[in-house]
Amino acid sequence: MRWFWIDRFVEFESGLRAVATKNIGLVEEQMDGYGPWLPLMPASLIIEGLAQTGGLLVGEHNAFQERVVLAKIGKASFHRPALAGDTLTYTVVVENIQSDGAICQGTSHIGDELHGEVDLVFAHLDDRFQGVEMFDPADFLRMLRLLRLFEVGRTDGGEPLKIPEHLLRAEREEYAASD
Amino acid sequence: MPTKEEVFEKVQEALMDALGVDDDEVTPSATMVGDLGAESIDFLDIVFRLEKAFEIEIPRSELFPEDILTSAEYVQDGKVTPEGVAELKKRMPFADLSKFESNPVVQGFGNLLTVNDLCRYVETKVGA
Repeated sequence: MRWFWIDRFVEFESGLRAVATKNIGLVEEQMDGYGPWLPLMPASLIIEGLAQTGGLLVGEHNAFQERVVLAKIGKASFHRPALAGDTLTYTVVVENIQSDGAICQGTSHIGDELHGEVDLVFAHLDDRFQGVEMFDPADFLRMLRLLRLFEVGRTDGGEPLKIPEHLLRAEREEYAASD
Repeated sequence: MPTKEEVFEKVQEALMDALGVDDDEVTPSATMVGDLGAESIDFLDIVFRLEKAFEIEIPRSELFPEDILTSAEYVQDGKVTPEGVAELKKRMPFADLSKFESNPVVQGFGNLLTVNDLCRYVETKVGA
């Protein structure tokens, strides 16, 4: 099972904010496994979706050269259940981003209704974690393409976001090796 | 330039947000770890919030002198040497290290920092 808890990005402003959507289907395992008589989306997986939205936003700030991990959930509050058939819209806004990580505010909406609010702290793994690789670069780029990040991504100046060269190179090398 | 009261209020707000504590818990004498329950990752959160609230940059080694506390030169048998304590005082003039000096066990250092120390540190940055 692929650990995708967002379906696609719909807005992405480098270093500032990102908006992603998640359609909830009854076919998904968590829906009837978590609460058999009330198929609701677990809050923990909504937080994961917000963390994926924010983690990629924070990572893109440094052209995905840093290893970004979710370090802490400061606050999380939910105002109504998210049910099968709902579309969650996750918005993550960067509050402060530095060389060692970032703090972000995340919200989840169902339609116009505020559904959840989550404070997220991300950290960059430092030299103490040398040798820890989180993603194969070519796989990672494939994931970013699936999530349509570069279709909607814009720089803080409003220009289309370019795919970092080191990811393109990894993709080319993988393609060449498969011949 | 903010007043000392304004500095305290913003520090208090940052700590309430980062640690999920109430305003009456964030007193000047409260220790970050012992009284407010801060863990290591919380300090990153707190630093981010203070930087944003006061529009300042906080070099991590000024608040958390790990390099001194892990130095073979300044630590012997789990205790900071008098030279190490002198370095700490130089690095952290905003902190009251008198208690630590009487029993400078490295492991006890984490529980030294108080809310007041944090306010005094910010004051040096913003000139309050």
